[in-house]
Amino acid sequence: MLLIECPYCGPRDEYEFSYGGEAHIVRPKHPEKLSDEEWADYLFLRTNPKGAYRERWCHAHGCRRWFNVERDTLSHQIIAVYEMGAEPPRAARKGGSKP
Amino acid sequence: MAERYLRQTPLAHLEIEARARVAVEAAGVRMGEAGFRAQIALRGDASSETFVDAVKEVFGVDLPLKPNTASTPGGARYLLWLGPDEWLAIVPDGTEEETIAAFETRMEGEHFGVTDVSGSRTVITLCGDRARDVLMKGTSLDLHPKAFGPGQCAQASMARCHMLLHQISDELGYEIYVHRSFADYLWRWLEDAAREYGVAVVSSP
Repeated sequence: MLLIECPYCGPRDEYEFSYGGEAHIVRPKHPEKLSDEEWADYLFLRTNPKGAYRERWCHAHGCRRWFNVERDTLSHQIIAVYEMGAEPPRAARKGGSKP
Repeated sequence: MAERYLRQTPLAHLEIEARARVAVEAAGVRMGEAGFRAQIALRGDASSETFVDAVKEVFGVDLPLKPNTASTPGGARYLLWLGPDEWLAIVPDGTEEETIAAFETRMEGEHFGVTDVSGSRTVITLCGDRARDVLMKGTSLDLHPKAFGPGQCAQASMARCHMLLHQISDELGYEIYVHRSFADYLWRWLEDAAREYGVAVVSSP
């Protein structure tokens, strides 16, 4: 299990959270101008890196707030936790990093 | 509002009062239901002076800004921190409507939210030497005295259902706010979990 540091409530067990997929995906300003491929890419296609990955989590059993987490998909190390709308604290590491 | 003389707590069917014992010295855990807890959901901007002042004026206590804390437990009116812009206010039973009206008047024209949610949750009280051991069976929340002590509150899961836990003091133990449809399940779960320590059902104030 992951120990996730909610930016509002502090460290809590993964069980209390729900997962929201990849973060920082911006809805296109003019969807009607997109091709089917571009729209499908926005709707369905997500990166699947081996290493640092920015994703959204919701503290469903706690304060019910959404926030961003940068997690290493290989080691499960949580690299950073930051609020919605905030810039990631630092550039994502390249490749799988060891804790 | 429902007719007050007809209302029942969510655990009324368990006949807690009839099972309540007076001699409870041997029991490691004492459980009861503090029903009819008047609760007001409060939302607003903690950085707004108007909001903070209005809370102080209407509820008579400071807005708890530190996460997972409550203001002055034991008083007639107090606030529990739920989120960065969300609190649960506890007021004396029967005063919720006038309190909300007073707050709305005071906050005229401001951006805020105040809602009577008294019927949504009931309170299970849990105290005694082994109360913490019972809670630790059902939650992953760190309840070690270094991490969670009197005056603190936290929303977490207890035996798979949502709860708001508030530690009043070492002697008075914990209060568990649970949504009314989960109350029966959670009471039975806690009573079963507490059985090995000796559990006494007590009538709560």
